[in-house]
Amino acid sequence: MYNELRSHVLKLLKADTRLDGRRATEYREPIKVEQGIICTAEGSARVTIGGTQVMVGVKLEIGEPFPDRPDEGTIMVGAELLPLSNPDFELGPPSIQAVELARVVDRGIRESKAVDFKSLCIEPGEKVWLVIIDICPINDAGNLFDASALAALAALKNTRFPKVEDGKISYKEKTNKGMKVVKDPVSVTVCKVGDALIVDPLTEEEKIIDARLTVASTADGTLCALQKGGSMPLSVEDVEKMVAIGISKGKELRVALER
Amino acid sequence: MNTMTYSKRLNDRKMDELRPIEAKVGVIERADGSAMFKIGNTWAYASVYGPRNLYPKFMQDPQSGILRVNYNMMPFSGSGERVRPGANRRAKEISMVSEKALLPVLDLKEFPNSVVDVFIELPQTEAGSRCAGICAASMALADAGLNMKDLVAAVSVGRVDDKLLVDLDYSEEAYEDGPVADIPIAMMPQSGKITLLQMDGEVTKEDLRKAIGMGKEACGRIYEVMKKALKEKYEVQ
Repeated sequence: MYNELRSHVLKLLKADTRLDGRRATEYREPIKVEQGIICTAEGSARVTIGGTQVMVGVKLEIGEPFPDRPDEGTIMVGAELLPLSNPDFELGPPSIQAVELARVVDRGIRESKAVDFKSLCIEPGEKVWLVIIDICPINDAGNLFDASALAALAALKNTRFPKVEDGKISYKEKTNKGMKVVKDPVSVTVCKVGDALIVDPLTEEEKIIDARLTVASTADGTLCALQKGGSMPLSVEDVEKMVAIGISKGKELRVALER
Repeated sequence: MNTMTYSKRLNDRKMDELRPIEAKVGVIERADGSAMFKIGNTWAYASVYGPRNLYPKFMQDPQSGILRVNYNMMPFSGSGERVRPGANRRAKEISMVSEKALLPVLDLKEFPNSVVDVFIELPQTEAGSRCAGICAASMALADAGLNMKDLVAAVSVGRVDDKLLVDLDYSEEAYEDGPVADIPIAMMPQSGKITLLQMDGEVTKEDLRKAIGMGKEACGRIYEVMKKALKEKYEVQ
């Protein structure tokens, strides 16, 4: 369907350049993280990567723990591919793309143990904090995966617990107690087009890639989540190269978080 | 008998004073037209896509393009609990009245069988969200380059206790020491005609007339902010 576009991108990549003049493993500029932009959320962040902009808000609720984990709270990640942000998105229940996005972001945070679920316990077996992370793209110009994962982490780090009175949350009053985030899991999606590996795909590039691998890693280079996408297979060598790119580019994204 | 009166607003504003407004046009690159409108803590984005093909086909009108508006609160935009994603009855109704509020300024006869989609999203709300959404949408429609007779400006006016005031915030909507009426109004500022009018609460017909007058004046001020934001985008440097 996009044969001309694909051969054009491949030709550019032979000269190590892309539709917007970037090199294969270069992110767009600027990479910007703004925290605490939404006062109705307990934590929030807006991440800009080039033309892509994503908002993430964290809401806290009190719920019952799972019976097999009586002293642990939990996180929930939701993503809505808002039709506001992309002409190809439609209204309606979450599409498979939205579900995948939410689950991949969820795994990066959950599996890295960025949040200690035990610290979310209020009363063992009775009451725990539920941390609900919602992803809302404002402008989708490509690479929602990496922007969303970064925004989710930034929003979590910005989260303050609200006051609780008689077991009820008083959302208007935030306490000084912040969410303890002990790891910095960051996602880098590496895409394969022909023989080339690229990062931070534009919308047009996303249409013509053969395969992608989202690599979530923490600051010490430990991998915490992977997701292969796209319809073409990857060789073991491909995976090794993609993981290496993912870890090294992840460091760059983490710098934006600390700025 | 309650002798207290609402002599001074809880937020220290004058009776006819709007919350601080921020308006910007062209904030969503992928959209054909877009705008952001923030009034106090209420924050709306709107994007316009179209005129574009309309499917399913039976919805097409061979005489004219149609307008479709969708209002949505982001899950973290409410001051209390998380808002469950997806359309609820309230969002559906607001989408519909917002569509009717915007339609009178458009002429879509040039675009038979097509649709103009308007998506209103609220990242943060504190009263007056449908009005903020309509202001953002009206600027986004102009930004999309559609033929328009006028813009649409919207604000809520109301009564708190014995006072009439403009742009109620949450503390005023929730005022409990006296009767409250909340009246969202949308207007075409040039003709002064009303394109959205809702009310809940209690009010006399004299007060309603006065409140609408205050709304008209406030819409005029909002109109100036909207025009300025539009000019800022298209100004030649």
